[in-house]
Amino acid sequence: MRPAGATLLLCLACASAGATGDVAVRGETVYTMAGAPLKDGVVIVRGGRIERVGPAAEVAIPPGLRVLAAKVVTPGLVDAHTVVGLSGYLNQAHDQDQIERSAPVQPELRAVDGYDPEERLVEWVRRFGVTTMHTGHGPGALISGQTMVVKTRGATVEAATVVPAAMVAATLGDSARGAEGKSPGNRAKMVAMLRGELIAAQEYAKKREAPEKDKEPARSLKLDMLVRVLKGELPLLVTAHRARDILSALRVASEFGIKVVLDGAAEAYLVKDEIRRAGVPVIVHPTMARSSGEAENLSFETAAQLRAAGIPMALQSGFEGYVPKTRVLLFEAAVAAANGLGLEGALAASTIDAARILGLGERLGSLEAGKDGDLALYDGDPFEYTTHCVGVVIEGDVVHEGPDS
Amino acid sequence: MRLSVPCAFLAATVVLAPRPASPQDAPVAFVGARLVPIEGPEIPNGVFVVHRGRIVAIGDAAATRVPADAARRDVAGKVILPGLVDTHSHIGSVEGADASAPLQPDVRVLDSVDVRSPQVQKAQAGGITTVNVMPGSGHLLSGQTLYLKLRDGGTIDALTMRDADGRLRGGIKMANGTNSRRAPPFPGTRAKSAALVREQLVKAQEYRDKVKTAAGDVKKLPARDLGMEALVEVLEGKRVVHFHTHRHDDILTAIRLSKEFGFRLVLQHVSEAWKVAGPIAAAGVPSSIIMIDSPGGKLETQEVHFRNGAALEKAGARVGFHTDDGITDSRLFLRSAGLAVRAGMSREMALRGMTLSGAEMLDLADRVGSLKVGKDADFVVLSGDPLSVYTHVLETWVDGVRVFDREDVKDRLYAVGGYGAGRPDGDLEGMIAAEGAEGWQ
Repeated sequence: MRPAGATLLLCLACASAGATGDVAVRGETVYTMAGAPLKDGVVIVRGGRIERVGPAAEVAIPPGLRVLAAKVVTPGLVDAHTVVGLSGYLNQAHDQDQIERSAPVQPELRAVDGYDPEERLVEWVRRFGVTTMHTGHGPGALISGQTMVVKTRGATVEAATVVPAAMVAATLGDSARGAEGKSPGNRAKMVAMLRGELIAAQEYAKKREAPEKDKEPARSLKLDMLVRVLKGELPLLVTAHRARDILSALRVASEFGIKVVLDGAAEAYLVKDEIRRAGVPVIVHPTMARSSGEAENLSFETAAQLRAAGIPMALQSGFEGYVPKTRVLLFEAAVAAANGLGLEGALAASTIDAARILGLGERLGSLEAGKDGDLALYDGDPFEYTTHCVGVVIEGDVVHEGPDS
Repeated sequence: MRLSVPCAFLAATVVLAPRPASPQDAPVAFVGARLVPIEGPEIPNGVFVVHRGRIVAIGDAAATRVPADAARRDVAGKVILPGLVDTHSHIGSVEGADASAPLQPDVRVLDSVDVRSPQVQKAQAGGITTVNVMPGSGHLLSGQTLYLKLRDGGTIDALTMRDADGRLRGGIKMANGTNSRRAPPFPGTRAKSAALVREQLVKAQEYRDKVKTAAGDVKKLPARDLGMEALVEVLEGKRVVHFHTHRHDDILTAIRLSKEFGFRLVLQHVSEAWKVAGPIAAAGVPSSIIMIDSPGGKLETQEVHFRNGAALEKAGARVGFHTDDGITDSRLFLRSAGLAVRAGMSREMALRGMTLSGAEMLDLADRVGSLKVGKDADFVVLSGDPLSVYTHVLETWVDGVRVFDREDVKDRLYAVGGYGAGRPDGDLEGMIAAEGAEGWQ
């Protein structure tokens, strides 16, 4: 049912658009996220890429090109962290692939081997403007696995993938505790184990690079990934809510000279100076995340505070274990917008700033010539409860049209 | 930003300024707000007067006299709405039935509510003034629910409501579908679930008849049975059944049971209401719905939809809303109306659903749910339109007492979050005294 429906929608879009990846989008207000918003703006997309952006008076729409129009146009939303596609909406054992509990440290687990592009929640978040997701292994183990970046379309994981291995996901805090007496049993042990693994990877890398072939250690998928983290090829995405866990993450980053991206960070407002000094970006917990357990002190205003402090910051839909099975970036950004971040701040945190934290700032997150033709269209202020996302375009193809709910 | 408010300021205004425990002796007049009375059209520039816990005047500013002795509040640009009625919540860390049996009508949430829980402050911050606090849905019948007014008070007795006979106001919680299907003695199928409920209600009918036949003769009266007494109240319509139900067929099962035994029913959650809105309306049964950001999370909520409100309204059924806190956050309860309107519900019925329709479902419409002279002075002052994401609850009033003020440092902490927001109200007093507000935000 779903595959057929999705295919049909895509084909209709192709048929009416003429060539694949070609479309013109006109908005009464266009938030390009690269300069001031345009009044009566036009975005021309050709072959999946943005060709021109400007006021309608200056940018002529070539004849024959399909035109979509809306009150407000933004870049397609970039969800800076989710588990959609690995964690399915049914919430049954067979569709929950975001966490593997057999061992506390498994960086070798690839997100591409678990992502279901036809998961219903992919289509669900897409209809609310999300065109790119940073998804993969979730919080809940000291190192749970890899993450990836996908576009919210494509019948295969290969077609959906933008970056197959984006970050290595780690957790410091209560949810990383081992089950039934298994390590790590407490916070100090978590950090000791994490340091131990990184040191093992350092020594492994040295030996692998040694000239004597006979002394070379057997290849380890686990250590290979940690070596990539040590080399700075991928950041360690550390989910940490308590201030002390955030500081532990910064301490490890400093000891090993690795890139860290903080995730969740409910108490980040207590240690803003330390985060800023470390130059570490923060993917803030969903604004409406439940304020319980380790996140009992979360604030609707954390995103605004981090932005004001000059800390690179993005918003996310996060992970949900029950109902709702996923949050929706548009709704989380809306509540952040209303709590100090403002419309443009919240838009930045769910488009260009998210793209930059994912290392994709040159390709995604703003409406500029040469970037991917990913757009979201709305019939009003994108964040108002009563506004609808009325159109979504991915690389020039219309993947959603009509009311979102 | 970190608040760097000097401790002296805090000491003067927060710690040493207790809230009034009783409503004002002088009237309070709110002048210039847009009034949304729910009963009657909106009043763009109104006067709203409360006195001794009741609403004493409401009308257009040009035509409504402000009493000479009233404390006058200029609220131009603000919006005043009746206090929100949350028809299904679990604030106060409530407990109900235990694992011993699938139906436990003897159990009262009354005996478990922690009114000092920060969840209560957060609900006040969300503009909720009346709430149906319920036990969970893991039982066919998990206990007696309690209708609370979110007054300030350190004891449960300060928050309860009583009817004319002095009876505590509350309903009973029932559930069908998958949550209550568990290992024995719980049912394993839907049919068994319904059979167990029917069996208990038949027993209750017999108990009721025995009591009636005894006509006060102590020798003929059956032994007192707490569970049966509660179920007799259900059969007599004195105790409304709040029925957790998701799937379209389970919804109809709940209606079927209510018809068989004549109990009064409020459907709760009603995830697939959009499929059976017609039969729900035809049965005259009200629905309390919840706005969930995505489908799934459990098998029964695969097809929950934002358009439930619109579908029920169109079919002519009564619609209220609930938070099911902690499923959704009480501080963001107003969002329910906005999302319902997004999916096609009328503004008028969505706002009624947040207030008066909910009050009707709890048999409290004579006291709360609309801004009407003589009703309880339960209302919220909003910074703007109730359907806008940018609107904040500025003040919440219950029985003429302000229980939430966004300007108050402690109240704001509960409204927005920050360091200490997970702690009970009482703890914060000491925390402010010891540390000031530094580091909270």
